[in-house]
Amino acid sequence: MRFSKDHEWVEVTDGVATIGITAYAAGQLGDVVFVELPAVGKQVKAGDDLAVVESVKAASDVYAPVSGEVIEANGPVVDSPDTVNASPEHSGWFVKLKLANPAEVDALMDKAAYEQFLQTL
Amino acid sequence: MSAATEPGKTTPLTGAHVALGGRMVAFAGYDMPVQYADGVLKEHLWTRAHCGLFDVSHMGPAFLQLARPSGDPDADHAAVAALLEPLVCGDLKGLKRGQLRYTLLLNAEGGILDDLMVGRAVTDERQGMLQLVVNAGTKDADFALIAAAVGDAAELIRADEGALIAVQGPEAEAVVSAIIPEAAGLSFMTFTPALLDDHRITLSRCGYTGEDGYEILVPAELAVPLWTRLLADGRARPIGLGARDSLRLEAGLPLYGHDLDETVSPIEAALDFAVSKRRLKAEDFPGAARAVGELAGRLTRRRVGLRVLEGAPAREGAEIADGSGAVVGVVTSGGFSPSLGAPIAMGYVPPTLAEPGVALGVIVRGKRQAAEVIQMPFVPHRYRRKA
Repeated sequence: MRFSKDHEWVEVTDGVATIGITAYAAGQLGDVVFVELPAVGKQVKAGDDLAVVESVKAASDVYAPVSGEVIEANGPVVDSPDTVNASPEHSGWFVKLKLANPAEVDALMDKAAYEQFLQTL
Repeated sequence: MSAATEPGKTTPLTGAHVALGGRMVAFAGYDMPVQYADGVLKEHLWTRAHCGLFDVSHMGPAFLQLARPSGDPDADHAAVAALLEPLVCGDLKGLKRGQLRYTLLLNAEGGILDDLMVGRAVTDERQGMLQLVVNAGTKDADFALIAAAVGDAAELIRADEGALIAVQGPEAEAVVSAIIPEAAGLSFMTFTPALLDDHRITLSRCGYTGEDGYEILVPAELAVPLWTRLLADGRARPIGLGARDSLRLEAGLPLYGHDLDETVSPIEAALDFAVSKRRLKAEDFPGAARAVGELAGRLTRRRVGLRVLEGAPAREGAEIADGSGAVVGVVTSGGFSPSLGAPIAMGYVPPTLAEPGVALGVIVRGKRQAAEVIQMPFVPHRYRRKA
Protein backbone atom coordinates (compact mmCIF):
# COMPACT_ATOMS: atom_id res chain seq x y z
CA MET A 1 0.00 0.00 0.00
CA ARG A 2 1.19 3.50 -0.93
CA PHE A 3 0.10 6.84 0.45
CA SER A 4 -0.29 10.44 -0.74
CA LYS A 5 0.27 13.65 1.19
CA ASP A 6 -3.47 14.27 0.79
CA HIS A 7 -4.11 11.12 2.83
CA GLU A 8 -5.28 8.78 0.10
CA TRP A 9 -4.03 5.20 -0.07
CA VAL A 10 -3.40 3.12 -3.20
CA GLU A 11 -3.12 -0.65 -3.45
CA VAL A 12 -2.15 -2.04 -6.86
CA THR A 13 -3.07 -5.49 -8.17
CA ASP A 14 -2.51 -6.40 -11.84
CA GLY A 15 -2.45 -2.79 -13.05
CA VAL A 16 -5.59 -1.82 -11.12
CA ALA A 17 -5.31 0.64 -8.24
CA THR A 18 -7.79 0.44 -5.38
CA ILE A 19 -8.03 3.86 -3.74
CA GLY A 20 -9.40 5.07 -0.42
CA ILE A 21 -8.68 7.53 2.35
CA THR A 22 -6.33 6.69 5.20
CA ALA A 23 -7.32 5.91 8.76
CA TYR A 24 -5.74 9.21 9.74
CA ALA A 25 -7.95 11.11 7.26
CA ALA A 26 -11.07 9.27 8.40
CA GLY A 27 -10.24 10.14 12.00
CA GLN A 28 -9.74 13.79 11.13
CA LEU A 29 -13.02 13.97 9.22
CA GLY A 30 -15.00 12.32 11.96
CA ASP A 31 -18.22 10.47 11.22
CA VAL A 32 -18.70 10.30 7.46
CA VAL A 33 -22.33 10.89 6.51
CA PHE A 34 -22.13 11.18 2.71
CA VAL A 35 -19.82 9.92 -0.04
CA GLU A 36 -19.96 10.93 -3.70
CA LEU A 37 -18.03 8.72 -6.12
CA PRO A 38 -17.20 9.23 -9.80
CA ALA A 39 -18.98 7.39 -12.60
CA VAL A 40 -17.38 4.28 -14.03
CA GLY A 41 -15.54 5.20 -17.21
CA LYS A 42 -14.38 8.58 -15.98
CA GLN A 43 -10.75 9.43 -16.81
CA VAL A 44 -8.83 11.18 -14.06
CA LYS A 45 -5.35 12.63 -13.83
CA ALA A 46 -3.29 12.57 -10.66
CA GLY A 47 -4.40 15.55 -8.55
CA ASP A 48 -7.90 15.78 -10.05
CA ASP A 49 -11.00 15.72 -7.87
CA LEU A 50 -11.98 12.09 -7.53
CA ALA A 51 -14.66 11.94 -4.85
CA VAL A 52 -16.28 13.97 -2.09
CA VAL A 53 -16.60 12.85 1.48
CA GLU A 54 -18.75 14.73 3.99
CA SER A 55 -18.97 14.73 7.75
CA VAL A 56 -21.74 16.39 9.77
CA LYS A 57 -19.68 19.55 9.72
CA ALA A 58 -17.94 19.82 6.35
CA ALA A 59 -17.35 18.55 2.83
CA SER A 60 -13.84 17.46 1.80
CA ASP A 61 -12.50 16.66 -1.65
CA VAL A 62 -10.67 13.41 -2.28
CA TYR A 63 -8.04 13.76 -5.01
CA ALA A 64 -6.87 11.11 -7.42
CA PRO A 65 -3.39 10.13 -6.22
CA VAL A 66 -2.66 8.55 -9.61
CA SER A 67 -4.04 8.78 -13.17
CA GLY A 68 -6.33 6.31 -14.85
CA GLU A 69 -9.84 5.23 -15.75
CA VAL A 70 -12.47 4.50 -13.10
CA ILE A 71 -13.50 0.88 -13.59
CA GLU A 72 -15.42 0.34 -10.36
CA ALA A 73 -16.97 2.48 -7.61
CA ASN A 74 -17.65 1.02 -4.17
CA GLY A 75 -21.44 1.22 -3.90
CA PRO A 76 -21.61 0.03 -0.26
CA VAL A 77 -19.79 3.17 0.99
CA VAL A 78 -22.39 5.33 -0.75
CA ASP A 79 -25.20 3.40 0.91
CA SER A 80 -23.40 3.13 4.28
CA PRO A 81 -20.95 6.03 4.57
CA ASP A 82 -19.98 4.93 8.10
CA THR A 83 -18.02 2.10 6.41
CA VAL A 84 -15.36 4.75 5.73
CA ASN A 85 -14.85 5.20 9.49
CA ALA A 86 -15.25 1.54 10.39
CA SER A 87 -12.77 0.24 7.80
CA PRO A 88 -11.05 3.09 5.94
CA GLU A 89 -8.22 1.01 4.51
CA HIS A 90 -10.21 -2.13 3.65
CA SER A 91 -13.96 -2.31 2.92
CA GLY A 92 -14.19 1.50 2.95
CA TRP A 93 -12.36 1.81 -0.37
CA PHE A 94 -13.73 4.34 -2.87
CA VAL A 95 -12.81 3.40 -6.44
CA LYS A 96 -10.71 1.12 -8.61
CA LEU A 97 -8.67 2.78 -11.36
CA LYS A 98 -7.05 1.14 -14.36
CA LEU A 99 -3.64 2.76 -14.08
CA ALA A 100 -2.57 5.02 -16.93
CA ASN A 101 0.97 5.36 -15.65
CA PRO A 102 2.06 2.75 -13.09
CA ALA A 103 5.22 4.75 -12.37
CA GLU A 104 3.05 7.32 -10.54
CA VAL A 105 2.50 4.76 -7.81
CA ASP A 106 6.22 4.54 -7.10
CA ALA A 107 6.31 8.29 -6.46
CA LEU A 108 3.92 7.88 -3.52
CA MET A 109 5.06 7.24 0.05
CA ASP A 110 5.42 3.79 1.53
CA LYS A 111 3.90 3.08 4.95
CA ALA A 112 7.01 4.08 6.90
CA ALA A 113 7.38 7.34 4.99
CA TYR A 114 3.67 8.14 5.44
CA GLU A 115 3.84 7.51 9.18
CA GLN A 116 6.86 9.77 9.35
CA PHE A 117 4.94 12.39 7.35
CA LEU A 118 2.04 12.20 9.87
CA GLN A 119 4.51 13.02 12.64
CA THR A 120 5.20 16.37 10.97
CA LEU A 121 1.53 17.44 11.00
CA MET B 1 -5.94 19.71 7.65
CA SER B 2 -4.59 22.01 10.31
CA ALA B 3 -3.30 25.50 9.86
CA ALA B 4 -0.94 27.34 12.14
CA THR B 5 -2.78 30.37 13.43
CA GLU B 6 -2.25 33.00 16.07
CA PRO B 7 -3.09 31.61 19.49
CA GLY B 8 -6.61 32.69 20.34
CA LYS B 9 -8.06 33.93 23.58
CA THR B 10 -8.72 31.33 26.22
CA THR B 11 -11.65 30.72 28.54
CA PRO B 12 -11.40 29.50 32.14
CA LEU B 13 -12.10 26.01 30.71
CA THR B 14 -9.51 25.88 27.90
CA GLY B 15 -7.19 23.59 29.88
CA ALA B 16 -10.11 21.28 30.68
CA HIS B 17 -10.97 20.97 26.98
CA VAL B 18 -7.42 20.07 26.01
CA ALA B 19 -7.23 17.53 28.85
CA LEU B 20 -10.48 15.94 27.57
CA GLY B 21 -9.06 15.55 24.05
CA GLY B 22 -10.94 18.53 22.61
CA ARG B 23 -9.90 19.44 19.08
CA MET B 24 -9.31 23.16 19.39
CA VAL B 25 -10.12 25.57 16.56
CA ALA B 26 -10.19 29.34 16.20
CA PHE B 27 -13.68 30.73 16.68
CA ALA B 28 -14.52 34.43 17.14
CA GLY B 29 -11.01 35.10 18.40
CA TYR B 30 -11.03 32.23 20.91
CA ASP B 31 -9.54 28.75 20.85
CA MET B 32 -12.59 26.56 21.31
CA PRO B 33 -13.26 22.82 21.11
CA VAL B 34 -15.03 21.92 17.86
CA GLN B 35 -15.37 18.34 19.11
CA TYR B 36 -14.01 15.90 21.67
CA ALA B 37 -12.99 12.28 21.15
CA ASP B 38 -16.60 11.13 20.56
CA GLY B 39 -16.97 13.30 17.45
CA VAL B 40 -19.80 15.55 16.27
CA LEU B 41 -22.33 12.84 15.46
CA LYS B 42 -22.16 11.03 18.80
CA GLU B 43 -21.98 14.30 20.74
CA HIS B 44 -25.08 15.55 18.97
CA LEU B 45 -27.09 12.39 19.63
CA TRP B 46 -25.89 12.24 23.25
CA THR B 47 -27.24 15.74 23.86
CA ARG B 48 -30.64 14.83 22.38
CA ALA B 49 -30.82 11.67 24.51
CA HIS B 50 -29.06 12.69 27.72
CA CYS B 51 -27.15 15.83 28.65
CA GLY B 52 -24.41 17.85 26.93
CA LEU B 53 -22.01 20.36 28.51
CA PHE B 54 -20.92 23.27 26.36
CA ASP B 55 -18.36 25.94 27.17
CA VAL B 56 -19.91 29.12 25.82
CA SER B 57 -17.67 31.46 27.79
CA HIS B 58 -16.65 33.15 24.54
CA MET B 59 -20.10 34.71 24.39
CA GLY B 60 -20.83 38.10 25.88
CA PRO B 61 -22.68 38.11 29.19
CA ALA B 62 -23.06 41.58 30.69
CA PHE B 63 -25.23 43.61 33.05
CA LEU B 64 -26.74 46.99 32.27
CA GLN B 65 -27.02 48.87 35.57
CA LEU B 66 -28.97 52.09 36.04
CA ALA B 67 -26.50 54.70 37.30
CA ARG B 68 -28.93 56.46 39.62
CA PRO B 69 -31.68 54.06 40.74
CA SER B 70 -34.61 55.69 42.52
CA GLY B 71 -35.14 52.73 44.82
CA ASP B 72 -38.66 52.18 43.45
CA PRO B 73 -38.33 48.71 41.88
CA ASP B 74 -40.88 49.09 39.09
CA ALA B 75 -39.75 52.61 38.21
CA ASP B 76 -36.14 51.46 38.08
CA HIS B 77 -36.96 48.52 35.81
CA ALA B 78 -38.96 50.81 33.52
CA ALA B 79 -36.05 53.25 33.44
CA VAL B 80 -33.36 50.73 32.51
CA ALA B 81 -35.68 49.03 29.99
CA ALA B 82 -36.35 52.43 28.40
CA LEU B 83 -32.62 52.90 27.88
CA LEU B 84 -32.17 49.64 25.94
CA GLU B 85 -35.50 49.45 24.09
CA PRO B 86 -34.54 52.04 21.42
CA LEU B 87 -31.89 49.60 20.15
CA VAL B 88 -34.01 46.43 19.98
CA CYS B 89 -37.46 45.31 18.78
CA GLY B 90 -38.46 43.41 21.92
CA ASP B 91 -40.72 44.40 24.79
CA LEU B 92 -38.29 44.90 27.67
CA LYS B 93 -40.55 47.07 29.82
CA GLY B 94 -43.06 44.22 29.97
CA LEU B 95 -40.55 41.66 31.26
CA LYS B 96 -41.50 40.02 34.53
CA ARG B 97 -38.91 39.63 37.26
CA GLY B 98 -36.55 36.79 36.37
CA GLN B 99 -37.92 36.50 32.85
CA LEU B 100 -35.60 36.15 29.83
CA ARG B 101 -36.44 37.34 26.35
CA TYR B 102 -34.77 36.66 22.99
CA THR B 103 -34.49 39.92 21.09
CA LEU B 104 -32.63 41.58 18.23
CA LEU B 105 -30.23 44.50 18.19
CA LEU B 106 -31.04 46.58 15.10
CA ASN B 107 -29.38 49.26 13.01
CA ALA B 108 -31.18 52.36 11.72
CA GLU B 109 -32.39 50.45 8.64
CA GLY B 110 -33.87 47.71 10.78
CA GLY B 111 -31.10 45.25 9.90
CA ILE B 112 -29.99 42.79 12.55
CA LEU B 113 -26.71 43.66 14.30
CA ASP B 114 -27.01 40.74 16.71
CA ASP B 115 -29.45 38.44 18.45
CA LEU B 116 -29.31 38.40 22.23
CA MET B 117 -30.99 37.41 25.47
CA VAL B 118 -32.20 40.06 27.91
CA GLY B 119 -33.40 39.27 31.42
CA ARG B 120 -35.04 41.39 34.13
CA ALA B 121 -33.42 41.14 37.55
CA VAL B 122 -35.16 39.15 40.26
CA THR B 123 -34.65 40.98 43.55
CA ASP B 124 -35.99 44.38 44.68
CA GLU B 125 -32.57 45.93 45.09
CA ARG B 126 -31.48 44.98 41.54
CA GLN B 127 -34.51 46.20 39.61
CA GLY B 128 -32.45 48.85 37.85
CA MET B 129 -30.46 46.09 36.15
CA LEU B 130 -30.85 43.96 33.01
CA GLN B 131 -28.86 40.84 32.24
CA LEU B 132 -27.66 40.50 28.63
CA VAL B 133 -25.97 37.72 26.69
CA VAL B 134 -24.75 38.62 23.19
CA ASN B 135 -22.78 36.67 20.58
CA ALA B 136 -19.02 36.19 20.74
CA GLY B 137 -18.16 37.62 17.34
CA THR B 138 -20.21 40.76 17.84
CA LYS B 139 -19.79 41.45 21.54
CA ASP B 140 -17.27 44.28 21.38
CA ALA B 141 -19.34 46.20 18.82
CA ASP B 142 -22.59 45.47 20.68
CA PHE B 143 -21.24 46.65 24.00
CA ALA B 144 -19.78 49.81 22.45
CA LEU B 145 -23.12 50.57 20.79
CA ILE B 146 -25.11 50.00 23.97
CA ALA B 147 -22.68 51.95 26.16
CA ALA B 148 -22.81 54.91 23.76
CA ALA B 149 -26.61 54.81 23.60
CA VAL B 150 -27.18 54.77 27.36
CA GLY B 151 -24.53 57.43 28.03
CA ASP B 152 -24.11 58.22 31.72
CA ALA B 153 -27.61 57.06 32.59
CA ALA B 154 -26.41 53.47 33.00
CA GLU B 155 -23.25 51.44 33.18
CA LEU B 156 -22.57 48.38 31.03
CA ILE B 157 -20.67 45.84 33.13
CA ARG B 158 -19.09 43.05 31.10
CA ALA B 159 -19.07 39.60 32.70
CA ASP B 160 -17.16 37.75 29.97
CA GLU B 161 -14.05 37.18 32.06
CA GLY B 162 -16.02 34.52 33.94
CA ALA B 163 -17.37 31.27 32.51
CA LEU B 164 -20.70 30.51 30.87
CA ILE B 165 -21.53 26.81 30.82
CA ALA B 166 -24.53 25.55 28.85
CA VAL B 167 -26.06 22.27 30.04
CA GLN B 168 -28.55 20.96 27.50
CA GLY B 169 -30.70 17.89 27.02
CA PRO B 170 -33.55 15.93 28.58
CA GLU B 171 -31.41 14.98 31.59
CA ALA B 172 -30.10 18.52 32.17
CA GLU B 173 -32.61 19.21 34.96
CA ALA B 174 -31.55 16.13 36.90
CA VAL B 175 -27.85 16.82 36.39
CA VAL B 176 -27.95 20.51 37.30
CA SER B 177 -30.44 20.32 40.18
CA ALA B 178 -28.21 17.75 41.93
CA ILE B 179 -25.64 20.55 42.24
CA ILE B 180 -27.81 23.67 42.19
CA PRO B 181 -31.20 22.86 43.79
CA GLU B 182 -32.84 26.03 42.40
CA ALA B 183 -32.60 24.51 38.90
CA ALA B 184 -35.65 22.26 39.26
CA GLY B 185 -38.06 25.09 39.99
CA LEU B 186 -37.16 27.31 37.04
CA SER B 187 -39.36 27.53 33.97
CA PHE B 188 -37.81 27.79 30.49
CA MET B 189 -36.83 31.42 29.70
CA THR B 190 -36.46 32.43 33.34
CA PHE B 191 -33.38 32.85 35.52
CA THR B 192 -32.40 33.23 39.14
CA PRO B 193 -29.37 34.19 41.16
CA ALA B 194 -28.06 31.31 43.25
CA LEU B 195 -25.16 30.51 45.54
CA LEU B 196 -22.56 27.90 44.68
CA ASP B 197 -19.64 27.34 47.05
CA ASP B 198 -20.39 30.75 48.58
CA HIS B 199 -20.12 32.46 45.20
CA ARG B 200 -22.98 34.30 43.58
CA ILE B 201 -23.88 32.69 40.23
CA THR B 202 -26.64 33.25 37.68
CA LEU B 203 -28.66 30.25 36.60
CA SER B 204 -30.76 30.69 33.43
CA ARG B 205 -33.10 28.05 32.04
CA CYS B 206 -32.54 28.55 28.34
CA GLY B 207 -30.30 27.40 25.53
CA TYR B 208 -29.84 27.15 21.80
CA THR B 209 -30.17 23.46 21.01
CA GLY B 210 -33.95 22.99 21.04
CA GLU B 211 -33.62 20.98 24.25
CA ASP B 212 -34.47 21.90 27.80
CA GLY B 213 -31.43 23.11 29.68
CA TYR B 214 -29.51 25.84 31.45
CA GLU B 215 -26.80 28.41 31.01
CA ILE B 216 -24.79 28.93 34.18
CA LEU B 217 -22.74 32.11 34.59
CA VAL B 218 -20.02 31.66 37.20
CA PRO B 219 -16.87 33.52 38.27
CA ALA B 220 -13.72 32.20 36.59
CA GLU B 221 -12.49 30.42 39.74
CA LEU B 222 -15.66 28.30 39.85
CA ALA B 223 -15.48 27.24 36.20
CA VAL B 224 -13.29 24.14 36.48
CA PRO B 225 -14.83 22.91 39.77
CA LEU B 226 -18.38 23.22 38.36
CA TRP B 227 -17.45 21.67 34.98
CA THR B 228 -15.77 18.77 36.81
CA ARG B 229 -18.77 18.19 39.09
CA LEU B 230 -21.18 18.26 36.14
CA LEU B 231 -19.02 15.79 34.19
CA ALA B 232 -18.77 13.47 37.18
CA ASP B 233 -22.47 12.78 36.65
CA GLY B 234 -22.29 10.04 34.03
CA ARG B 235 -25.29 11.50 32.19
CA ALA B 236 -23.31 14.59 31.15
CA ARG B 237 -20.65 14.63 28.44
CA PRO B 238 -18.64 17.50 26.93
CA ILE B 239 -19.94 18.68 23.57
CA GLY B 240 -18.04 20.82 21.05
CA LEU B 241 -19.05 23.66 18.77
CA GLY B 242 -19.61 21.25 15.86
CA ALA B 243 -22.55 19.56 17.56
CA ARG B 244 -23.72 22.88 18.99
CA ASP B 245 -24.13 24.02 15.37
CA SER B 246 -25.93 20.89 14.16
CA LEU B 247 -28.22 20.96 17.23
CA ARG B 248 -29.27 24.58 16.69
CA LEU B 249 -29.78 23.92 12.96
CA GLU B 250 -32.17 21.05 13.71
CA ALA B 251 -33.95 23.34 16.17
CA GLY B 252 -34.45 25.89 13.36
CA LEU B 253 -32.53 28.53 15.31
CA PRO B 254 -30.61 31.06 13.21
CA LEU B 255 -26.89 31.63 13.72
CA TYR B 256 -25.69 35.22 13.64
CA GLY B 257 -23.20 35.92 10.84
CA HIS B 258 -24.66 33.09 8.78
CA ASP B 259 -28.48 33.16 8.82
CA LEU B 260 -28.66 36.72 10.17
CA ASP B 261 -26.67 39.80 9.27
CA GLU B 262 -27.07 43.56 9.16
CA THR B 263 -28.95 43.48 5.85
CA VAL B 264 -31.61 41.10 7.16
CA SER B 265 -34.70 42.34 9.01
CA PRO B 266 -36.48 40.45 11.79
CA ILE B 267 -39.45 39.75 9.49
CA GLU B 268 -37.25 38.54 6.63
CA ALA B 269 -35.55 36.25 9.17
CA ALA B 270 -38.98 34.84 10.17
CA LEU B 271 -38.38 36.04 13.72
CA ASP B 272 -41.78 37.75 13.91
CA PHE B 273 -42.22 36.44 17.47
CA ALA B 274 -39.28 38.61 18.54
CA VAL B 275 -41.00 41.81 17.35
CA SER B 276 -43.12 43.20 20.18
CA LYS B 277 -46.74 43.93 19.23
CA ARG B 278 -46.74 47.02 21.44
CA ARG B 279 -43.60 48.34 19.81
CA LEU B 280 -44.80 47.52 16.31
CA LYS B 281 -47.98 49.50 16.97
CA ALA B 282 -45.96 52.40 18.35
CA GLU B 283 -43.35 52.03 15.56
CA ASP B 284 -40.75 52.93 18.16
CA PHE B 285 -37.81 50.67 17.23
CA PRO B 286 -35.20 51.00 14.46
CA GLY B 287 -36.68 49.95 11.13
CA ALA B 288 -40.22 49.75 12.54
CA ALA B 289 -41.74 51.21 9.38
CA ARG B 290 -39.89 48.56 7.37
CA ALA B 291 -41.29 45.83 9.61
CA VAL B 292 -44.83 47.19 9.26
CA GLY B 293 -44.45 47.23 5.48
CA GLU B 294 -42.97 43.74 5.38
CA LEU B 295 -45.80 42.37 7.50
CA ALA B 296 -48.28 44.05 5.11
CA GLY B 297 -46.76 42.10 2.22
CA ARG B 298 -43.85 44.24 1.04
CA LEU B 299 -41.40 41.43 1.64
CA THR B 300 -38.78 40.18 -0.84
CA ARG B 301 -37.31 37.24 1.04
CA ARG B 302 -38.07 35.02 3.97
CA ARG B 303 -35.97 32.54 5.94
CA VAL B 304 -37.23 28.98 5.49
CA GLY B 305 -36.27 25.45 6.42
CA LEU B 306 -35.44 23.02 3.64
CA ARG B 307 -35.40 19.26 3.67
CA VAL B 308 -32.89 18.12 1.06
CA LEU B 309 -34.54 15.05 -0.46
CA GLU B 310 -31.57 13.53 -2.28
CA GLY B 311 -27.82 13.72 -2.53
CA ALA B 312 -25.25 15.65 -0.58
CA PRO B 313 -25.84 18.13 2.24
CA ALA B 314 -26.41 21.65 0.90
CA ARG B 315 -24.16 23.93 2.88
CA GLU B 316 -23.87 27.68 3.38
CA GLY B 317 -23.64 29.43 0.01
CA ALA B 318 -25.43 26.76 -2.04
CA GLU B 319 -27.95 28.29 -4.45
CA ILE B 320 -31.67 27.55 -4.16
CA ALA B 321 -33.58 27.14 -7.44
CA ASP B 322 -37.30 27.08 -8.24
CA GLY B 323 -39.10 24.51 -10.39
CA SER B 324 -37.97 26.23 -13.61
CA GLY B 325 -34.32 26.11 -12.54
CA ALA B 326 -34.07 29.85 -11.87
CA VAL B 327 -31.96 30.76 -8.85
CA VAL B 328 -34.30 32.22 -6.24
CA GLY B 329 -32.23 32.20 -3.08
CA VAL B 330 -29.28 30.94 -1.13
CA VAL B 331 -28.63 28.51 1.71
CA THR B 332 -27.35 30.29 4.83
CA SER B 333 -26.69 27.17 6.90
CA GLY B 334 -27.01 23.56 6.11
CA GLY B 335 -25.62 20.19 6.87
CA PHE B 336 -26.48 16.68 7.84
CA SER B 337 -29.09 16.24 10.57
CA PRO B 338 -27.95 13.45 12.89
CA SER B 339 -31.43 13.11 14.39
CA LEU B 340 -33.19 12.79 11.03
CA GLY B 341 -30.37 11.00 9.21
CA ALA B 342 -30.82 13.35 6.26
CA PRO B 343 -29.53 16.69 5.03
CA ILE B 344 -31.35 19.85 6.13
CA ALA B 345 -30.75 23.52 5.48
CA MET B 346 -32.08 26.98 6.05
CA GLY B 347 -31.97 29.80 3.56
CA TYR B 348 -33.80 32.74 2.05
CA VAL B 349 -36.38 32.56 -0.75
CA PRO B 350 -39.11 34.89 -2.05
CA PRO B 351 -42.21 34.80 0.19
CA THR B 352 -44.28 33.18 -2.58
CA LEU B 353 -41.99 30.15 -2.29
CA ALA B 354 -41.77 30.13 1.49
CA GLU B 355 -44.77 27.94 2.30
CA PRO B 356 -44.22 24.41 3.62
CA GLY B 357 -44.55 21.88 0.82
CA VAL B 358 -43.11 24.07 -1.94
CA ALA B 359 -40.78 22.01 -4.13
CA LEU B 360 -37.41 23.65 -4.72
CA GLY B 361 -33.91 22.56 -5.65
CA VAL B 362 -30.52 23.13 -4.12
CA ILE B 363 -27.43 23.34 -6.30
CA VAL B 364 -24.52 21.37 -4.85
CA ARG B 365 -21.29 21.15 -6.85
CA GLY B 366 -23.17 22.11 -10.00
CA LYS B 367 -25.89 19.49 -9.61
CA ARG B 368 -29.53 20.17 -8.79
CA GLN B 369 -30.95 18.14 -5.92
CA ALA B 370 -34.62 18.07 -4.96
CA ALA B 371 -35.56 19.92 -1.79
CA GLU B 372 -38.77 20.91 -0.08
CA VAL B 373 -39.73 23.78 2.19
CA ILE B 374 -40.67 22.41 5.58
CA GLN B 375 -41.92 23.97 8.78
CA MET B 376 -39.16 24.57 11.33
CA PRO B 377 -38.06 23.36 13.78
CA PHE B 378 -36.84 20.25 11.99
CA VAL B 379 -36.73 18.46 15.35
CA PRO B 380 -39.39 19.47 17.92
CA HIS B 381 -38.36 21.78 20.75
CA ARG B 382 -38.55 20.18 24.18
CA TYR B 383 -38.45 23.23 26.44
CA ARG B 384 -39.92 22.80 29.93
CA ARG B 385 -42.25 25.65 30.77
CA LYS B 386 -43.72 25.44 34.25
CA ALA B 387 -47.24 26.62 34.98
